[in-house]
Amino acid sequence: MKFGMMQRQGSSDLAALDGKTFNLDKAMTIISFILLLIIVVIPIFMIVYNAFFYKGRLDLEMFRTVVFSKDNISAITNTVIIGVSVTVVGTIIGLFYAWLLGRSDIPCKSLMRALFMIPYMFPPFFGAMAWDMLLSGRGGYVNTWLMTHLGLTAPPFNINSLGGIIFVEVSYYFPFVFMQVVSALERMDPTLEESARIAGASQSTVIRRITLPLVTPAISAGALLILISSLAHFGVPAILGFSKQIYTLPTVIYAYIDRAGGSFEGIRQGAALSILLVFVVTMALILQKIVLSSGSYDIIKGKSMRPTLIKLRGAKYPLLLLAIVTLILIVLVPLIMIFLEGLVKAYGLPLVPENFTLDNFKAIASSKQTLDAIRNSLFLSISAGVLCMFLGVMIAYVVIKIKPKGKEILEMLSVLPYSIPGTVLAIGVILSWSGQLGINLYNTVWIILVAYMARYLSFSMKSASASLQQVHPSLEEAARACGASHTESLKDITLPLIRPAMIAGFFLIFLPSMRELTTSILLYGPYTRTLGVQIFALRDSGQIPQASALAGIAICIIIICNAIVTHITKDKRGV
Amino acid sequence: MENQIVLRHVTKRFTTKKLGTITAVNNFNLEVREGECFSFLGPSGCGKTTTLRMIAGFEDLSEGEIELCGRLVSSKDQHLYVPPEERGLGMVFQAFAVWPHMNIFDNVAFPLQIRKLSQTEIRERVKEALHHTSLDGMEEVYPSDLSGGQQQRIALARAIVTNPKVMLLDEPLSNLDPKLRESMRFEIKALQRKFGFTIIFVTHDQSEAMAISDRMMVCDMGNIVQVGTPEELYNKPRTRFVHNFLGQSTFLHVVVKGDKVYARGDMDQPLPIPVPPNIQGEMVIATRPNELDLNRTTGFKSRIENRIFLTDTTQYLVRVGDQLLTIQTPHRITFAEGEACCIRFVKVMWYPEEDEKAAEERAKRQTI
Repeated sequence: MKFGMMQRQGSSDLAALDGKTFNLDKAMTIISFILLLIIVVIPIFMIVYNAFFYKGRLDLEMFRTVVFSKDNISAITNTVIIGVSVTVVGTIIGLFYAWLLGRSDIPCKSLMRALFMIPYMFPPFFGAMAWDMLLSGRGGYVNTWLMTHLGLTAPPFNINSLGGIIFVEVSYYFPFVFMQVVSALERMDPTLEESARIAGASQSTVIRRITLPLVTPAISAGALLILISSLAHFGVPAILGFSKQIYTLPTVIYAYIDRAGGSFEGIRQGAALSILLVFVVTMALILQKIVLSSGSYDIIKGKSMRPTLIKLRGAKYPLLLLAIVTLILIVLVPLIMIFLEGLVKAYGLPLVPENFTLDNFKAIASSKQTLDAIRNSLFLSISAGVLCMFLGVMIAYVVIKIKPKGKEILEMLSVLPYSIPGTVLAIGVILSWSGQLGINLYNTVWIILVAYMARYLSFSMKSASASLQQVHPSLEEAARACGASHTESLKDITLPLIRPAMIAGFFLIFLPSMRELTTSILLYGPYTRTLGVQIFALRDSGQIPQASALAGIAICIIIICNAIVTHITKDKRGV
Repeated sequence: MENQIVLRHVTKRFTTKKLGTITAVNNFNLEVREGECFSFLGPSGCGKTTTLRMIAGFEDLSEGEIELCGRLVSSKDQHLYVPPEERGLGMVFQAFAVWPHMNIFDNVAFPLQIRKLSQTEIRERVKEALHHTSLDGMEEVYPSDLSGGQQQRIALARAIVTNPKVMLLDEPLSNLDPKLRESMRFEIKALQRKFGFTIIFVTHDQSEAMAISDRMMVCDMGNIVQVGTPEELYNKPRTRFVHNFLGQSTFLHVVVKGDKVYARGDMDQPLPIPVPPNIQGEMVIATRPNELDLNRTTGFKSRIENRIFLTDTTQYLVRVGDQLLTIQTPHRITFAEGEACCIRFVKVMWYPEEDEKAAEERAKRQTI
């Protein structure tokens, strides 16, 4: 008996030595599995089941009609065209600016780097709203101005087109590649490039033969992130495409469900289309696996040495100007436009001080529906943030420290929803929790909360596991040696050490939840509108200035929260 | 022998937000001869790596000019700057800088492909370079499957494959374990004998520099302190810094009064050291622990404070005034702790008291 215990200690399974048959670790493991079963497995199962089965029998008829309808085929084509174009253009732009900021002697680097991250903070559909106001074929400000001043008969720009959708999505998604590549360039040992110069290669040869191949893993990781995000994206094509009957898979799914008014038939059609969207995204994910398995290189630098910056010489200021113009276009113009439009008396009036008013903000303050939406979003974001923060830590602890059988499944399930399009997830949640399984949460705030948790749990899970991996087992062992029980050492040693990661995990969920649109738009009920839904609905019903005013408020909330995050994460103590 | 690398008034200033403008390299004048192995030695922040990078062409000069093989490659006055790829150098870096996305053959062939040599010639010369670096037959292997020592051999092969006249080595051995370091040192020297290139060797390891160099330069805080052969530098260090940096040193703060020298804190018993001309007041004398003679009869009378048995010598700490002098003797000379003893000074160097500012400056530079 004693001998047996000694052997188990060898496997460092200290917790198992407590001798209790039902201990904290076991409880956490079981809860983690049940939790992921409820929020991940059931919705996915329900989609697949409802797409192919009807009243308990296999029924492919629905699937066939939905998939091969002419409208839906054009939606698939649009989705793929937009996804691929956004990926190609976004990757090129992201790569170009990453190189410019990471390797050239362009001035104001750190400021520009911070500015290039801004699109990442805001939901792309705000940008779509702003650009729609400026470049819409019917009365966009820029179009109207150009037509009157140049005597044109037709509007020169049309944002309500595939090109327009691609443009707006690119401006929000290129930071994925930009950030990946900038950090790869920073981590890269500069002597790898210098030794090629010494070997006789010119600057351009070094970029082509050394730098680019070495950052290729970072480029493909970023590009695939763009591809998956764009394929599943709802906001921009919804805002820019509906008026011209341009649909993508996520927007056509929304249209089905919206049109059906919540009837089961509509939801089933949505489910069938979801399978298609999942199929497209899965193809992208398989591509990702193939590309990423081609290997990343160990390019971490040894000696801390600044990389030799390439002198742009004559091209320095033209390129700086280009970067500034890009920043103005993707950051400043949409933000200013939203704020200005929020001040204007009625959509279409010239943006001059005489037409400005605070009425839109007063209307927001007196509209119960809008105030409810803000309150709902705050409640949902804080609840999802807090719940996911603790659940994420728990799952991460189970995966990293307890390592039960099937931990790979646990890990896979917790990150899976991240690659499932929000639209699909929402339909899965509807199918699961609107009575079919005996629980009906439809039209309550709880169904949205479940969807948010499924969507964002992986964020806090990843943040917590990165931090937990740094907590050496000996720290907890030392606490045990000092007389603390397993629970005490967890509470007094491990949790305080990963607290910064937990706080970061909270905000990683709070911020995107505050501006969420894709799942909420399918899940909201009469009294459970969220901030994103309300902005979208106000705009949809023609109250564009009021929608802009509300978007302006959302922007302010996002900026304040981001400032808080930066402040908190700045003085975090390392583990 | 001709001068192959010439530095004239080479100066480099950096401006950083935290520390303002710092002169990393201050007016370096240097001539390195053909076929010589010349070391840049000094603590971190002394300017040795910056100088090497200016020779390689990775840094601009703030002032001065650099000549390589009789050709001006960098000149502030003439606004001349030849990019690194046109300087025809070989270089080996501390972190190996072997390209992980290429196999050994492609790594070594890269400089030849850039020069657009024929496939057959490339294959031949790569094979030869791999042979000289004991990497025969490893063409298809990728660097990630190799040890640090083997990776550094790839870097060496890549550097010699173009047969450069000048080889720049930037702390190439400091990422290797001590045993390997020593054997690589011999390999580098053997390659130099075979190919006859000039070596500039940057290191902060004094014993490494001593072992490998024909001549060396010691620098400190952006200034050249002394240039000479290892023997000259060891035997006649110009400053207290060089004395301390090369080999073991023990220092004594002294006061010179007339023709008598007293250890600080003991003005009764003069030290048995002749006073050189023109030396008065507070000074520092420096000597080596093995150049002090510990005996029972002649010299400065004192007591053993502490005795440590080291592997090859016995080390004693002996009270002299308010200081402790370190003395190393062969094991056959034994004193007990607390025993009376006499010290004879065999060879001493005289230096002025170092001012506080220099120490501060050095500490500040090390944070860069």
